[in-house]
Amino acid sequence: MVHASTPPLEMYDYGVIKKFSIMAIIYAVVGFLVGDLLAWQLTFPDLNFDSPYLSFGRLRPLHTSAVIFAFGGSVLFATSYYVVQRTCKARLFSSALTNFTFWGWNIIVLAVVITYPLGLSQGKEYAETIWPIDVLITLVWVAYFINFVGTLAKRKEKHIYVANWFYLAFIITVAVLHLVNNAAVPVNWTDSYSLYSGVQDAMIQWWYGHNAVGFFLTAAFLGLMYYFVPKQAERPVYSYRLSIVHFWAIIFLYIWAGPHHLHYTALPDWASTLGATFSIMLLLPSWGGMINGIMTLSGAWHKLRTDPVLRFFIISLSFYGMSTFEGPMMSIKAVNALSHYTDWTIGHVHSGALGWVAMVSFGALYHMVPRLYGTTIYSKGLINLHFWLSTIGVVLYITAMWISGVMQGLMWRAYDEFGNLTYSFAETVAAMHPYYLIRSVGGLVFLLGSLVMVYNVYKTIRQAPDRAARA
Amino acid sequence: MKHDTIEKSIPLMSILVVLVISIGGLVEIVPLFYLDSVIEKVEGMRPYTPLELKGRDIYLREGCYNCHSQMIRPFRDETERYGHYSLAAESQYDHPFQWGSKRTGPDLARVGGKYSSLWHQEHMRRPRNLVPESVMPNYPWLEKNSLDYADIAKRMEVMQTIGVPYSASMIQNAVADLEAQAIPDSESDALLERYGDKVVLDDFDGDAKRITELDALVAYLQMLGTLVDFSAYTAQER
Repeated sequence: MVHASTPPLEMYDYGVIKKFSIMAIIYAVVGFLVGDLLAWQLTFPDLNFDSPYLSFGRLRPLHTSAVIFAFGGSVLFATSYYVVQRTCKARLFSSALTNFTFWGWNIIVLAVVITYPLGLSQGKEYAETIWPIDVLITLVWVAYFINFVGTLAKRKEKHIYVANWFYLAFIITVAVLHLVNNAAVPVNWTDSYSLYSGVQDAMIQWWYGHNAVGFFLTAAFLGLMYYFVPKQAERPVYSYRLSIVHFWAIIFLYIWAGPHHLHYTALPDWASTLGATFSIMLLLPSWGGMINGIMTLSGAWHKLRTDPVLRFFIISLSFYGMSTFEGPMMSIKAVNALSHYTDWTIGHVHSGALGWVAMVSFGALYHMVPRLYGTTIYSKGLINLHFWLSTIGVVLYITAMWISGVMQGLMWRAYDEFGNLTYSFAETVAAMHPYYLIRSVGGLVFLLGSLVMVYNVYKTIRQAPDRAARA
Repeated sequence: MKHDTIEKSIPLMSILVVLVISIGGLVEIVPLFYLDSVIEKVEGMRPYTPLELKGRDIYLREGCYNCHSQMIRPFRDETERYGHYSLAAESQYDHPFQWGSKRTGPDLARVGGKYSSLWHQEHMRRPRNLVPESVMPNYPWLEKNSLDYADIAKRMEVMQTIGVPYSASMIQNAVADLEAQAIPDSESDALLERYGDKVVLDDFDGDAKRITELDALVAYLQMLGTLVDFSAYTAQER
């Protein structure tokens, strides 16, 4: 399904893709920077500087929103607009809607950057945005849906390409999740109270939260993968049949997985058991995606020796496979009893978010930016350097969190020979210190890698022919 | 139907996606609103007092849930460390819930009454003065900021519309009740009559003259997990 012929550049709207790509790179740096500051704050708490605007509790939502919605979101806007145009051989449906999604999304990010440090928060994890921002998100998302589907409708091919199935499912599902989870009654222009309370709110929040992972960070990025990996490898997708089966399976199964975040809580046992059951089944379609991506390199393995972009894709799929094995395992009740509430969860999230989402995004950006600007990448060597910094950073991060998480879980439940709890909570906090330090260093290395990308992309754009005409 | 057909039709594919992603959520979420067994029948649950509600708002504002859970699991080590495992009934008036997902610090579901208000004041000022190993940020601004409670009645009204059983007199007397709880030695009979004898009256921030954000936050912390009468509670089949 790889399209060999490339129509003239003017046929497509590349301006918005360039803008979203550049914003994605900026937000990546900001998101990683805030994340690493948080890591250092947990290592040395004086780094909270006694300031409300820099305290961990207010900055942590800024980090999660910046990396998921600002960086991840911009990558998805950029790549989905790129993929839908090229696979449909059609220009984006409406330039007004295109502009609205770009400016709307960036105003949302700006509003987040202002409101979170001021302490304006709904108090729902990964959905802290206050209600006026939620309204704006809804408007932008509707515009995005119309623009995406409108472009699909203009396609010159009879079939909708597989990457677009994933993007479509992502756009629809995120709309549903956002609307249901954020239902609230306003008190004034900044504050509101969630419509749901206690156990129902917990269930809805994790239905939302886990599917933010499942659709925003997985289904959509699989869509990205289905376009960019075959393109970069210059090979067709390994198995068309596998892509059909794993697409429907993954969107059906993912939506059930949320309550595995609520094992042994006040949520009825049947609900969390259902969540765990579906989470375990989820291993199969997840690995279906990984296999379909990696096997696309069949007959082209030698390219890994010379192509650092392809290396980014393959390692991201490997991290994807690893995380989607680890996730189902952690959803098993006996494992979750140990892992829940510990750093193990944080490590798991980052092996997915840094190893899979960020790395596959870097690959897509390195593939796309030179083509958008009609040039070649400034330095392959710097891509390679970025690749190794990212890989070393992620590995330091996740191994530190595995050790600290498992240790934390074991220390909390340890009993001495007299039947007393062995450790006070404070002792378990002290034991984390060396691992928090390693994590901070790992995050710093990853951040440095992203700065290498900034430089490389900057130089690439600078060397583009007649920049002004194409900007 | 061949998949070929779906691949050629945007409406068909969109509708199928909506159907496929709806099933799991409907099965897991909807029954929780209807099954009687979801929320246990317990003695002692009441809505937050106005001061506690403001304290809870500050708890949300500072993002305490990022590091503290309020959900004790039914394991021996957890119930010995934190107290009776948490019930669904205990968070039934929490809009939104604050069960949390991470314990960088300890669980707070039953922190009420565990430490003195004096301890909390010092701990909020600089946690490492009391717990040298702590990695919690200092919160010096809480005792400096006067509590803004002009809209407290409005907040309780909103809570009432979404199902929290605030009575008309609770809303009418919101400001008086808030001040009665925060100012030491004030007339508190009416407050106790409305919210029950268990309401904690204290000089929460150590400054008798002013009502600060620290007053509200400590009042909230001091009531956490203290409402349900566990001597009258027996676990039921759920």
